[in-house]
Amino acid sequence: MYQILKAEELTTNIYLMVVKAPRVAKSCLPGQFVIVRTKEDSERIPLTICDYDRKNGTITIVFQIVGAGTQFMSELKAGDAFHDFVGPLGCPSEFCSEPLDELKRKSILFVAGGVGTAPVYPQVKWLKENGVLADVIVGAKTKDLLILEKEMEAEAGNLYITTDDGSYGRSGMVTKTIEDLVAEGKHYDVCVAIGPMIMMKFVCKLTKELNIPTVVSLNPIMVDGTGMCGACRVTVGDKVKFACVDGPEFDGHLVNFDEAMKRQTLYKTAEGRAFLAAKEGATHHGGCGNCN
Amino acid sequence: MDVMKKVPVREQDPKVRATNFEEVCLGYNSEEAMEEASRCINCKNAQCMKGCPVAINIPGFIEQVKNGDFNKAYEIISESSALPAVCGRVCPQESQCEGKCIRGIKGEPISIGKLERFVADYASQNGVKPTGATEKKGQKVAVIGSGPAGLTCAGDLAKMGYDVTIFEALHQPGGVLVYGIPEFRLPKEKVVAKEIENVKSLGVKIETNVVVGKSITVDELLTDEGFDAVFIGSGAGLPKFMGIPGENANGVFSANEYLTRSNLMKAFDETSTTPIMRAKKVAVVGGGNVAMDAARTALRLGAEVHVVYRRSEEELPARVEEVHHAKEEGIIFNLLTNPVEILTDENGWVNGIKCIRMELGEPDESGRRSPIEVPGSEFEIEVDAVIMSLGTSPNPLISSTTKGLEINKRKCIVAEEEFGKTSKTGVYAGGDAVTGAATVILAMGAGKNAAKGIDEYLRGLR
Ligand SMILES: Cc1cc2nc3c(=O)[nH]c(=O)nc-3n(C[C@H](O)[C@H](O)[C@H](O)COP(=O)(O)OP(=O)(O)OC[C@H]3O[C@@H](n4cnc5c(N)ncnc54)[C@H](O)[C@@H]3O)c2cc1C
Ligand SMILES: Cc1cc2nc3c(=O)[nH]c(=O)nc-3n(C[C@H](O)[C@H](O)[C@H](O)COP(=O)(O)OP(=O)(O)OC[C@H]3O[C@@H](n4cnc5c(N)ncnc54)[C@H](O)[C@@H]3O)c2cc1C
Ligand code: SF4
Ligand code: SF4
Ligand code: FES
Repeated sequence: MYQILKAEELTTNIYLMVVKAPRVAKSCLPGQFVIVRTKEDSERIPLTICDYDRKNGTITIVFQIVGAGTQFMSELKAGDAFHDFVGPLGCPSEFCSEPLDELKRKSILFVAGGVGTAPVYPQVKWLKENGVLADVIVGAKTKDLLILEKEMEAEAGNLYITTDDGSYGRSGMVTKTIEDLVAEGKHYDVCVAIGPMIMMKFVCKLTKELNIPTVVSLNPIMVDGTGMCGACRVTVGDKVKFACVDGPEFDGHLVNFDEAMKRQTLYKTAEGRAFLAAKEGATHHGGCGNCN
Repeated sequence: MDVMKKVPVREQDPKVRATNFEEVCLGYNSEEAMEEASRCINCKNAQCMKGCPVAINIPGFIEQVKNGDFNKAYEIISESSALPAVCGRVCPQESQCEGKCIRGIKGEPISIGKLERFVADYASQNGVKPTGATEKKGQKVAVIGSGPAGLTCAGDLAKMGYDVTIFEALHQPGGVLVYGIPEFRLPKEKVVAKEIENVKSLGVKIETNVVVGKSITVDELLTDEGFDAVFIGSGAGLPKFMGIPGENANGVFSANEYLTRSNLMKAFDETSTTPIMRAKKVAVVGGGNVAMDAARTALRLGAEVHVVYRRSEEELPARVEEVHHAKEEGIIFNLLTNPVEILTDENGWVNGIKCIRMELGEPDESGRRSPIEVPGSEFEIEVDAVIMSLGTSPNPLISSTTKGLEINKRKCIVAEEEFGKTSKTGVYAGGDAVTGAATVILAMGAGKNAAKGIDEYLRGLR
């Protein structure tokens, strides 16, 4: 069993938990994920590692309620425990293995959407620890759904916040902020975009035009997370990859997003949709590509 | 009684079992087992033993069954096999022990597998347990993977007095025995869980949720965690796909995904939260045990099922008993047929499979006649799901993160057959990770041999 040391609702339907998992904390790096099971008969749910504390042996996860599995998870409190917590899975972000002097010469832009802010956080933090300040754009539908603002502020070079409805920070989608920054004369060598599939798709469309190489973190349906089932396969360029072992980060300009979005709907039933509409409330706005 | 014929074994009626996940074969009772045992002529130079990869003393245990001393029979089997309840159920006996039985020349061979299963089930129902070590050696061994290879190696080492920990990537131990082979062939609670309990009762610790190569490396096990030797029994879990158009459509699954959802995650049970596609008409591509298991699972979940296989019935690699059972249950075999494309509707869901007819040409390196396409013979089968069951290969997670561990072209770990020694000192390997996808009994045999090799190695260090 894996003890929950802290459980906090960050905003409507988005939760943060700190979990005791010494093996994971000892070896994880930014970009990797875990798979958790709430109870003995629960589903396996993949979640990105949002922070880690090697000394105390803890992992931080941030998740959004989207279905029954994440709903049950959200009911856990500090002092409860996860039945299973396995990781770190997947490959670390590419920059973790780049020579530092090369990395330091690069100008990096992160684009985070919604709950995708959480997985962006450890990457920005890792870069700062290694002397690289990155620019970060965080997009949310509305002010209330913004998460980790203070934490991100402390680690980013420049932080640009934008809300779809203009209720906080800039106004409009993240793509608009990218366009604005480039128009202001900012130059970026690489972009890392993490968020709903549909957001990553449009960010990639734009950065391709702008000629900025872009990394995305995919979240297809997974079962084992070790390369055993092929449920997570995605088409990248002309190759089929297993996101759990070959990814989850890929060259965004080569990802077949339309196929990936179709595959995400695989186990969606009418029943599931009803559950989502009832439970998700304010966050259920159709932007994430999980429902159509 | 006709001594030329096997005592028939009771089975669930095909029509009934096609709608449930209960075990198909009900096994012998004591009278039936003793009667079948009395057909064995207790050969001096028993050919059957040469067919068994772990050389169980077959005439010896059958003699005890004949006498009604089932505990003694279990003791004899236990000398060579750690998982008799499993092997008695899933070994391809027709090509192993029973394939060599003298009785089989003129009549039907002795039902060795069914007798072995009877003895193991008897022992488990009557609480007979294998006995552990009395004296501890004080050296630690890490075993990676809890399939038949890992469980056997761990059990044997624990019996010798070593301190053994199994590291398993999934949340439940058992390997293919829990995630692959379905309930109706190998009951999980009654058989697999019991066998795992037996291994634990020998003192073996099992740590689940540890992916070696990610959570920890083999080198770290040896240096940081103080293990004196490592056995790698990580299986061959990586599924193959064909690379044909439409293969990523919604409704195309690997057999591993489909079976894992049903077996490990219990999706067959209506009360489970794990989703599984309940298709109306399914094409299962492939002809091995895995294909039969996927096909018969889909059938039980309510589908009409077509097995699409490119060679003829004679070449079907699955166990004869499974093919026979599949046919009885109503699985349709489209033989000498190969898929060329998966057809989809406008939303990306499977709505058919385009196939081409094949004919058999000259034998290839494997000795089997190789299939050749018949030009212009394409045709379509309307289906809403396709399950790819084309074989698996070892996962590179361990080999790519272990310094100095040699692998071959097929990504299999290179290990000496006799004792499972790899190119890295103190590291042994066996089972599907070394041979590629094979059988339970071969994996067990490899686990046993490696346990001897590791014992030898650790003696040298003392
Ligand atoms: C590598 C990876 C990292 C992830 N990191 C995070 C994270 O940090 N925070 C977070 O909130 N979510 C993350 N996700 C998504 C998260 O795993 C899913 O939201 C979760 O599995 C849904 O489970 P559920 O039982 O609540 O929903 P379900 O009832 O299973 O499904 C609800 C809806 O979500 C879709 N869905 C199901 N499984 C997934 C999945 N694995 N990914 C995407 N959609 C899915 C379904 O098609 C359905 O439309 C990640 C996914 C992956 C693969
Ligand atoms: C559906 C199906 C049906 C079959 N039917 C039959 C049959 O009827 N008869 C027969 O004889 N054989 C059958 N087989 C084959 C047989 O099951 C295998 O040959 C046998 O299980 C191999 O045993 P193993 O111990 O080498 O590997 P596995 O049983 O594959 O076990 C390997 C274990 O290692 C774990 N693992 C892998 N990588 C790591 C890692 N990095 N860290 C930690 N743990 C790891 C896996 O999760 C798994 O639990 C079948 C196989 C399948 C898939
Ligand atoms: S282990 Fe398999 S091959 Fe050996 S006797 Fe038993 S059924 Fe036959
Ligand atoms: S070969 Fe057949 S008859 Fe002879 S000992 Fe073995 S099982 Fe009995
Ligand atoms: S999740 Fe099973 S192979 Fe990736």
